[in-house]
Amino acid sequence: MLDVLATEQEITVPMEASMTELVDVRTPNPKNFFPGEDHEWELVIGLEVHAQVTSNAKLFSGASTAFGSEQNSNVSLVDAAMPGMLPVINEVCVRQAVKTGLGMNAVINKRSVFDRKNYFYPDLPQGYQISQLYHPIVGEGTITVQVGPDKAGKFETVEIGVERLHLEQDAGKSMHDQHPTMSFVDLNRSGVALMEIVSKPDIRSIDEAKAYVTKLRSILRYLGTCDGNMDQGSMRADVNVSVRKPGDDFGTRCEIKNVNSIRFMGQAIEYEAKRQIDILEDGGSIDQETRLFDPVKVETRSMRSKEEAHDYRYFPDPDLLPLEFDDAFIEEIRAELPELPDQKRTRFMEEGLSEYDASILVSDKSYADYFEQVAEGRDSKTTANWVINDLLGALNKASKDLDNSPVSPTQLGGIIDLIKADTISGKIAKDLFEIVWNEGGDPAKIVEDRGMAQVTDTGAIEAAIDEIIAANPDKVAEVREKPKMIGWFVGQVMAATGGKANPKAVNELLQKKIAE
Amino acid sequence: MTDLTSLTISQAREKLRAKEITSTELTGAYLEAANAANNTLNAYVTMTDELALEQAKTSDAKLAQGEGGDLEGIPLGIKDLFATKSVHTQACSHILDGFEPRYESTVTQNLFDDGAVMIGKLNMDEFAMGSSNETSYYGAVTNPWLGKDGTKLVPGGSSGGSASAVAAQLCAGATATDTGGSIRQPAAFTGTVGIKPTYGRCSRWGTVAFASSLDQAGPIARDVRDAAIMLKSMASPDAKDTTCADLPVPDYEASIGKSVKGMKIGIPKEYRLDGMPPEIEQLWQKGVEMMKDAGAEIVDISLPHTKYALPAYYIVAPAEASSNLARYDGVKYGLRVDGNTIDEMYENTRAAGFGEEVKRRIMIGTYVLSAGFYDAYYIRAQKVRTLIKQDFENVFAQGIDTILTPATPSAAFAIGDKEMAADPVKMYLNDVFTVTVNMAGLPGISVPAGLSNDGLPLGLQLIGKPFEEGTLFQAGAIIEQAAGTFTPKKWW
Repeated sequence: MLDVLATEQEITVPMEASMTELVDVRTPNPKNFFPGEDHEWELVIGLEVHAQVTSNAKLFSGASTAFGSEQNSNVSLVDAAMPGMLPVINEVCVRQAVKTGLGMNAVINKRSVFDRKNYFYPDLPQGYQISQLYHPIVGEGTITVQVGPDKAGKFETVEIGVERLHLEQDAGKSMHDQHPTMSFVDLNRSGVALMEIVSKPDIRSIDEAKAYVTKLRSILRYLGTCDGNMDQGSMRADVNVSVRKPGDDFGTRCEIKNVNSIRFMGQAIEYEAKRQIDILEDGGSIDQETRLFDPVKVETRSMRSKEEAHDYRYFPDPDLLPLEFDDAFIEEIRAELPELPDQKRTRFMEEGLSEYDASILVSDKSYADYFEQVAEGRDSKTTANWVINDLLGALNKASKDLDNSPVSPTQLGGIIDLIKADTISGKIAKDLFEIVWNEGGDPAKIVEDRGMAQVTDTGAIEAAIDEIIAANPDKVAEVREKPKMIGWFVGQVMAATGGKANPKAVNELLQKKIAE
Repeated sequence: MTDLTSLTISQAREKLRAKEITSTELTGAYLEAANAANNTLNAYVTMTDELALEQAKTSDAKLAQGEGGDLEGIPLGIKDLFATKSVHTQACSHILDGFEPRYESTVTQNLFDDGAVMIGKLNMDEFAMGSSNETSYYGAVTNPWLGKDGTKLVPGGSSGGSASAVAAQLCAGATATDTGGSIRQPAAFTGTVGIKPTYGRCSRWGTVAFASSLDQAGPIARDVRDAAIMLKSMASPDAKDTTCADLPVPDYEASIGKSVKGMKIGIPKEYRLDGMPPEIEQLWQKGVEMMKDAGAEIVDISLPHTKYALPAYYIVAPAEASSNLARYDGVKYGLRVDGNTIDEMYENTRAAGFGEEVKRRIMIGTYVLSAGFYDAYYIRAQKVRTLIKQDFENVFAQGIDTILTPATPSAAFAIGDKEMAADPVKMYLNDVFTVTVNMAGLPGISVPAGLSNDGLPLGLQLIGKPFEEGTLFQAGAIIEQAAGTFTPKKWW
């Protein structure tokens, strides 16, 4: 008996997602501090992002992964855990995980192992989830995050460590609102491949957390390994939050489960930080626990304490061989890697964009794609201004995605071409943009049909100038005193020509005539 | 006319092909025998008369054209662990009440593709957990061999229904599965031949899982040739089972009759147990003589980690089982016993649905995988497993072709044996000679080699190199030739 007890003492307990020692790699930055009653606090945040792998079939079965299908229509015998059914790995999902790992500059493990995570729940037909605890497919990596911009338009570059990425099965969905006394289960998601991407506890503010998830989503979308649609459940995060006096050791963390939007994540962290600070400032201590975020009440609530935590009894899945591949397999996938946000951002800056413009444009793959289509053969800076200030501004005001933009890249390019050719002024271009936004159509044709082209006929401009000079001799005298006052004349001429006069021509002629 | 049910598969095959008999006649004879015997022996849990006669008719049509597969028209019994489409598939557990799959296991599909006829589903220990076929929800199976003074004996387990049905001639051959000895031990107890092939030789797809890293399907048959014929049909590569070997299946029958002259046969000293009955020791010695007489070279070998195999097995197998059986939760299929909450429903269903032995193993498995115990039990057991495997690799590397051991430490025992009922470990000791083979993933065959002092059959085991089942049939046929075959006197 004694012998057995002695053995038990030596055993190390396998801990989920915290198998390596936590190291603090960040220097406390007052910019990130969180206010408290007595002193400021520092947040320590780690994220476990569950990203649905973009694949036609599930991780271990041939069933479809299509979103929005009829309930229980995408369910194979394996997904329903029929007796004697066996999982077979979907190679597409493996490639996607490796690609994602490469996109995070992470270590790719040529040998990984699937483990079973055992627990009972009606939407988990097997009674276990196939996951990778001990030997994940992807090891440590880094995600470089641009936090900001601040008021000066500057970004802070922060490196957030990635602990690991592993493949696992999603569960089905329990529905408790379909029947007065029964719950229903939809197994369409059961067995869908997820990548769980675990960050190191390197995040120190809500802005950093948001920037990290945004950047990660962007990388996944660039890679085409996850669609990143949080509203459809393709991406969700478990958020680990603790607080401490700046520079202290890590505090006790709470894990907030299943946060499904970046905005909710910000709210959840803020609520949780305040809650923990209140407890600590009242002389209390934090209980390690799992909490749920309620987006309606904007609060987190205790789900289960550490004592109530499940013992998942992980062990290697004997139905599956270890997942092994060679360097050639990795290199083949590396060769398929597209240009990633960081590389694109650097290139854009080399091509003349400001850090601000480049950062905004690469933050979303659709922005960059749109920009590059318009910028093809056009001035980058002008294009960036139009895409960021006019188009994204208008989309934002109208709460629309770029994918649903009323103005196509061809149309916006057409508007920019008309400015370049001096056919319209910048001011008229804004009106033209609005017409295209509201009514559609070819910008050049609209300008022609509606007589929006600017007047470059110097005769007509000269006539207008002569008339205004003659009528305002006092103003002419003033301009001769203060040359800046010429703007008044420009305004008058533009008004007289219905805004269509070429501002450059107006200026030149005015300078000449007033000097005479 | 000869009694149709006394024909072996190879004999029946000849007569069917020669159109001396029809599959309909043969199938009818087996159905009659099986139905008549079932009240006494309880070997079948369901009979599929209608399906069998239909299959027989189809086979007869093919045979009439001179066509048909290797098992065309041969009536087989199928262990209840194999999923058979639209037919009772319940692993002899209450928890799978009413379960009839919409799919066919790869093994049974292979047999049907070769023309086999299924006459019914065979009794077994619940979820293949047991060594006496007494844990079945459908009641114990009786061994057609009677004990002293007519005592009713167990046929062994877990494939007790398969062994009893084959020995009593209630089917021409039967499918079985072996996780720790569940083919070889019942074969030894009933005077039949049973082979557990190399892990990965038969697909596990559609076979209800007990312990995934150990489970293997194989046949129980009346003689070595029949076992070879059946295994050839059951085995196949299968993309649906990633642990299944992607290797062609050889013609095992061709190995039978080959000389064993010069073959090196290892005799492991660790299989000589303290307190082993002298008749087992004598049987083993007899086997050595048979092989020597046939020209084989006998070599004393050592498999030093043998004694750790059984304890390690009883960690690995229950651990995997505790997880494999989690899917029987009352939610999707089979038994459901309602409760006020989901947890209560789980508890009520699983408490009512699983028998004592299954519950015991689920609890052992859950315990050994628990945080704080995992390293001490499961990881250590896996290390032991590696050592056992290395033991075998070492002796094979020394040039040993096959290893000869007893199949079981005793002959069949009485149904309801009080000592075993009181102490599960005594029951587990039945597997002491067989589990090592599962732990190492090797093929092993049990061949009847003689009778005990009480007139009960005893088996010898031959263990082979991975995927060299042919060697086992070759050497097994030598034992069979020397010892003869053993048929119980009909009393049922």
